[in-house]
Amino acid sequence: MRWILLSLLALVLVAPARALTPAQARSLVAGEVESRVAALNAVLATADDKTVALIQALSDDAVKITDSAVFVMKDGKGFDPVTGAEKPVPETAEDVVNNNEMRSELDAALASIKLFAPDDKVRAEAVKTLAGGDIGEAKLPLIEKAFAKENVPSIKEAIGRVRSAMLLGSADKSKRLDAANALGATGTPATKTLLLDRLKVETEPDVKSAVEAALRQIEARLAWGERLGVIFTGISLGSILLLVALGLAITYGLMGVINMAHGELMMIGAYATYVIQNLFRSLLPGAFEWYLLLAIPASFLAAALVGAVLERSVIRWLYGRPLETLLATWGISLVLQQAVRSLFGAQNVPVENPAWLSGGVDVMSNLTLPFNRLAIIAFAVLVLAGVSALIARTRLGLFVRGVTQNRKMAACMGVNTARIDTYAFALGSGIAGLAGCALSQVGNVGPDLGQGYIVDSFMVVVLGGVGQLAGTVYAAVGLGVLNKLLEGWQGAVLAKIMVLVFIVVFIQKRPQGIFAMKGRSAEA
Amino acid sequence: MSAVLTAPLPPATPGGGLLTGKSWSAVLAAIVVVAVLVPVLNLAVPAGSAFHLSEYAVQLVGKIMCYAICALAMDLIWGYTGILSLGHGVFFALGGYCMGMYLMRQIGSDGQYRLPMPDFMVFLNWKEFPWHWAVSDSFIAQMLLVVLVPGLLAFVFGYFAFRSRIKGVYFSIITQAMTYAAMLLFFRNETGFGGNNGFTDFKRILGVPIATPNMRMLLFVITGLTLIGFFLLARWLVNSKFGRVLQAIRDAETRVMFTGYDPLRYKLAIWVISAVMCGIAGALYVPQIGIINPGEMSPAASIEIAIWAAVGGRGTLIGPIVGAFFVNGAKSYFTQAFPEFWLYFLGALFILVTIFLPQGIIGLVRRKKEGST
Repeated sequence: MRWILLSLLALVLVAPARALTPAQARSLVAGEVESRVAALNAVLATADDKTVALIQALSDDAVKITDSAVFVMKDGKGFDPVTGAEKPVPETAEDVVNNNEMRSELDAALASIKLFAPDDKVRAEAVKTLAGGDIGEAKLPLIEKAFAKENVPSIKEAIGRVRSAMLLGSADKSKRLDAANALGATGTPATKTLLLDRLKVETEPDVKSAVEAALRQIEARLAWGERLGVIFTGISLGSILLLVALGLAITYGLMGVINMAHGELMMIGAYATYVIQNLFRSLLPGAFEWYLLLAIPASFLAAALVGAVLERSVIRWLYGRPLETLLATWGISLVLQQAVRSLFGAQNVPVENPAWLSGGVDVMSNLTLPFNRLAIIAFAVLVLAGVSALIARTRLGLFVRGVTQNRKMAACMGVNTARIDTYAFALGSGIAGLAGCALSQVGNVGPDLGQGYIVDSFMVVVLGGVGQLAGTVYAAVGLGVLNKLLEGWQGAVLAKIMVLVFIVVFIQKRPQGIFAMKGRSAEA
Repeated sequence: MSAVLTAPLPPATPGGGLLTGKSWSAVLAAIVVVAVLVPVLNLAVPAGSAFHLSEYAVQLVGKIMCYAICALAMDLIWGYTGILSLGHGVFFALGGYCMGMYLMRQIGSDGQYRLPMPDFMVFLNWKEFPWHWAVSDSFIAQMLLVVLVPGLLAFVFGYFAFRSRIKGVYFSIITQAMTYAAMLLFFRNETGFGGNNGFTDFKRILGVPIATPNMRMLLFVITGLTLIGFFLLARWLVNSKFGRVLQAIRDAETRVMFTGYDPLRYKLAIWVISAVMCGIAGALYVPQIGIINPGEMSPAASIEIAIWAAVGGRGTLIGPIVGAFFVNGAKSYFTQAFPEFWLYFLGALFILVTIFLPQGIIGLVRRKKEGST
């Protein structure tokens, strides 16, 4: 395939190419800028290898000139630009100086020549250069030719945009109309600014209206992209909140233990991920891409183990004293933070995304869905499904629910309530560890990791209602989307404050959260 | 479920007075120490003498006395009413900011930019003062705000929270959310309180230079007397019928309600009083330390107030003051000697006190006394 293309290109390029004449060479390097630009554009349409070499040399500041001759300098020796033969350079030869205008013309000329290069990458790069710069209409024939010949769709589209942009500046009114219509159909933020610029200088009324229509079209599309983007980041935040709050829904929602060290259990999960990553890097560099597969269970186990130890050593003694539990777990959180600082240092540690999680899907010109965020949403759904199945369908879940509803009765039925407490707390902690593992893929991993989420996650549980998983889900996603919507409107800090105020007001109306436990308890 | 203290109520003073004779002499001694002894040791005794009290020590004790007022306020709401607030740091900081605004105006044109506006406003290119700075050049108005702003915030917040019968841990978490929101708000430059730098570089108070030994000593004495005054006030409150109802609410709120009392009013009243005390503590703190920034509003700062009260002994009034001195004394020792161990120590304190010392230091002392008699 490639060699066919190559030969085709060679044919197209070579067939009409006329050899560079000495007069042309001279007109390119000497004289006023305007005349040199005109000469450049004249030779460009029919450029041969020698011409390209000369332009390249000009761009590299490697051309010297005397009254009668032009020299392309290479390794300190002079060559004739037309024949390519070596010539002695006289003492009187001077460097050709290019001003900024000439230089950008040269760059544009080189880029438009590169549009015919056989390598896809070189062509894509060339289009980018052209789209970034301001190019005169004189290069239009060349661009047209490249556009007609191009058969890689993405590059063709890009050349098409450059072409429309050039046509938009054309002196011909009908060409401008066509260009405006064409630009309206494709739509990137870059074309938008292009059209806006044109609108300022356009005088013809019907072209003006066409440009305006194109602008409206693009804006509508961009607005959709933005709206979808906000909703996506909202869902993404919601999925993170869900992961964080799921663990709390078990320890606080089911067991009634207020665990201020929940954020630090997440931190442990994130650091476990970091350790596994480093182990893979040093021991199994070949399988580095897949370190997450081991990091997920490792982060769960690490956090669950710490949770079980905490429950056995501290929290056990404080059941029924929620305020004291709050203070003691706060103390635990301080100790854990400082322990991590002592072990890993106070700085954030780097956790790398595996290659399959970096990058994203381009849905629209201004909307890219990053793979790591998509993966976290999927992960949150999986964890949610796992937890609800565990609570609803397993023997452990049955015991946990039994102990929650009536501890004494459960004990009478032969349930080892103390052991169930430990298991349940370890489970909640382990889920916090999973949340930490997920967070390590999108944010910084440092000793303060948990602090930022603890208030939010308690809000989710309080809003969702205690003792319910469904409420937690709705509250997490709802708060995530609400937060991002308000953020777009009022900025991050005010959005957060508004959400907190909203929750406080909401609690006024429904002190039990979205889904209240049914009952007649006088002590809420 | 409200937090039920396992200890019986602290015995009312025999004879029905505010304090026993012995305690009165202790209070008198405290007043003498604060108002006479410390100023003499600091100002009159020459610097070389063994009895000289350094500037640093005066500043440290002054700071801890402000914290002790907070701990006392925390004891009223937590120790006696059973409501754990994780938002007292906000009231403290609000009082401090009200004082700080006045002090910023007192800088006048002596700031870095030599302009009548505070430096951070010049930096933000503000041409005139925002609305909440309207009365900031009046000392009396700002001192009223020191009381009114925390009081009003506490009233509104408390009214809505207590009305919908949010209690226990729920209330604690909501107050923490309030703290967090307030901190975020004050970190913004646009809020008009100097963003994360807060207020600092004060020059004068009431036209008098602020960084002189005499001024520092005056502030110290005022703080000490305020602490003693608040202690007596709190003592009077908890021994009154009002205080008895508060303790009944702590132990069995539903029963209090069924007996015909409206817990809302009692809780709201003590909540506002407690907040105002913290505000005043903040206002005394800022001119002594010379800086106020949103860090004072962090959830961690608020929760530390609770641990001062817990370490000293809740429901004893004198305990939280002892706790504030013990914990903050330890803090200034540790952060100098072994900075990396301070958080271990503080964390361990949180855990050990809640598990092994629910009555705090005072409880320990009392138990010793009972054991020996």
